[in-house]
Amino acid sequence: MALDKIWVVAETTPDGAVATISLELLAKARELGASIDAVVAGPGDAVAGELGEHGATRVLATGDLDGALPGPAVGAALAELAASESPDLVLFGQTYDGRDIAARLSVALDVPVITNGVDLAVEGDDVVVTEPIFGGTVNILTAFRAEGPKLALIRPKSFAAESAGGGAAEVVALAVPDTGAAGAARVSERHVEERTGPQLDEADIVVAGGRGLGEADNFSLVQGLADQLGAAPGATRAIVDAGWVPYAMQVGQTGKVVKPSIYIAAGISGATQHLVGMKGSKHIVAINKDPEAPIFGVADLGIVGDVHKVMPKLAEALEARG
Amino acid sequence: MKVVVCVKQIPDPANPGALDPNTHLLVRDDKLILDESDSYGVEMALQLVEAAGGGSVHLVSMAPRSETSGLRTALAMGAEDAVLVSDDALAGSDALSTAKVLAKAVERYSPDLVLAGTESSDGYTGTVPEQVAALLGWPSLGFAKKIDVADGTVTVERQTDAGYDVVSAPTPCLATVTAGVVEPRYPSFKGIMAAKKKPVDEVGLGDLGLEGVGGANSGQATVKVEEAPAREAGEIIEDEGEAHLRIVEFLEGLKAI
Ligand SMILES: Cc1cc2nc3c(=O)[nH]c(=O)nc-3n(C[C@H](O)[C@H](O)[C@H](O)COP(=O)(O)OP(=O)(O)OC[C@H]3O[C@@H](n4cnc5c(N)ncnc54)[C@H](O)[C@@H]3O)c2cc1C
Ligand SMILES: Nc1ncnc2c1ncn2[C@@H]1O[C@H](COP(=O)(O)O)[C@@H](O)[C@H]1O
Repeated sequence: MALDKIWVVAETTPDGAVATISLELLAKARELGASIDAVVAGPGDAVAGELGEHGATRVLATGDLDGALPGPAVGAALAELAASESPDLVLFGQTYDGRDIAARLSVALDVPVITNGVDLAVEGDDVVVTEPIFGGTVNILTAFRAEGPKLALIRPKSFAAESAGGGAAEVVALAVPDTGAAGAARVSERHVEERTGPQLDEADIVVAGGRGLGEADNFSLVQGLADQLGAAPGATRAIVDAGWVPYAMQVGQTGKVVKPSIYIAAGISGATQHLVGMKGSKHIVAINKDPEAPIFGVADLGIVGDVHKVMPKLAEALEARG
Repeated sequence: MKVVVCVKQIPDPANPGALDPNTHLLVRDDKLILDESDSYGVEMALQLVEAAGGGSVHLVSMAPRSETSGLRTALAMGAEDAVLVSDDALAGSDALSTAKVLAKAVERYSPDLVLAGTESSDGYTGTVPEQVAALLGWPSLGFAKKIDVADGTVTVERQTDAGYDVVSAPTPCLATVTAGVVEPRYPSFKGIMAAKKKPVDEVGLGDLGLEGVGGANSGQATVKVEEAPAREAGEIIEDEGEAHLRIVEFLEGLKAI
């Protein structure tokens, strides 16, 4: 089965650029060979250039949503359009808004949505989505069986974003029907947390810490090394939940997926939910005092040792190199 | 104020079970426990009802084999009662089927607010709650790290990539809570004893008037289960005071420094 039409639900960053995950999805959609439309919850003009460059023919844009959450609005709009345009496949990033839109559309069309995908292929008559389980040691391949558009949520960093050198996409208004009570939620304030240094999911090196650091103050060992290496600091959920560091630093299933060239894990056990967020890193260094810690199963260089001894000496040695 | 919490009962993650090679279903033979992801919803519901100066917390759960151990934990924390949907036909349900079942169960209570986890520990589709809200025709406030209810309006701080948004919706609505938003209380001995007597209304698909759900009607099918390519075994060394130098060397080799 060839796919004729794919919709890619695209997201934007606070500064108005197209989110990397959306460019990744466009790259994959191009590979599948269909005509591609990007869907935007908001105005389309500012992003039509970038989306077109990455392969979208049209940008279906709702225009300003006036503080409404994208889930019900875009879900209802796409459900209506799907009746006349019958897309074969709709791709979403496994993100806050991506999940909401996919879930609303799934109910409106009464079709399932396959989640946590890291790959996608057309095999005979099937579209098959690969989902890692057990911390990425096993892959489950799931095919769609329902009539109608196939909805798939794809994890960030599953594909490489790549320009296709295309011209700007045509902006088409996506009509949002009355969503009634379902669409009654309104955003009244947006808080953007300040960031310094490289962004966690874009950084070339990530230094991450876990409960093995012992206490909140010791996160300075991780932060210090990150500063020395020009890296982004990361964390496990255990220390985010404990309030040592903000959620924005969390790596893993419920946090960021990172694929840096180097990932340094300090005092991290390597729980499956953490591994799915960093296992794709090119080189992994782990420091843990327990030789049985699962993190060593994915490490290229594993140091069985105490972070309180190894990290300060490492910092000193790097300092000495200047 | 009446709050319903969707609580999933799952195999103990410390003992994760395995996939049946023939049916591709997770084999979960052991007793099920309350998903930790949902203990936050239960605690949040109890706190919101307290803050509102009165009301009740109810539970809905879909689980195999009339399983109630996880529900008992949530009842011991302070929830009043529960609807448990258990039906052999529900084995192998996808998220949409699960949502249809939960939405029907929620309707039995006509609550002001439904709470769920952002994602379950074993299924982690993260789509069930939003689907429940869609089926009920309600607004939903996902990824809440803080919830306030006042004058029929629910206001949350919704986690975003950049920080958080303040979002409000009128009741009835649904919200999902992220892990760690509140500290789930440990059930007291008295709570545990009381929980044994709290009503759990077990219903099947017929009782809910639902058709077309469950594994046989799933719109998705597992076609293959395969080992993921393993990472090549790395070099593991014991620190005897000099291991940091090996890290420096490693970083140099990669031209990172
Ligand atoms: C639904 C769900 C989603 C989740 N999502 C995520 C997620 O996105 N990200 C995430 O990280 N987790 C997530 N988790 C939690 C995950 O299961 C683990 O609990 C968590 O990753 C553990 O964090 P940790 O490694 O810091 O702590 P621990 O597991 O407690 O590990 C600490 C490690 O430090 C080592 N250590 C102790 N002292 C020292 C020392 N002095 N020197 C060196 N090593 C030392 C110990 O040997 C141990 O291995 C999720 C869980 C669930 C249920
Ligand atoms: N079988 C179930 N019974 C009750 N609640 C559920 C069930 N499955 C999912 N949920 C709810 O939906 C949330 C998200 O689950 P999931 O979509 O599986 O990630 C969970 O934290 C629960 O609150």
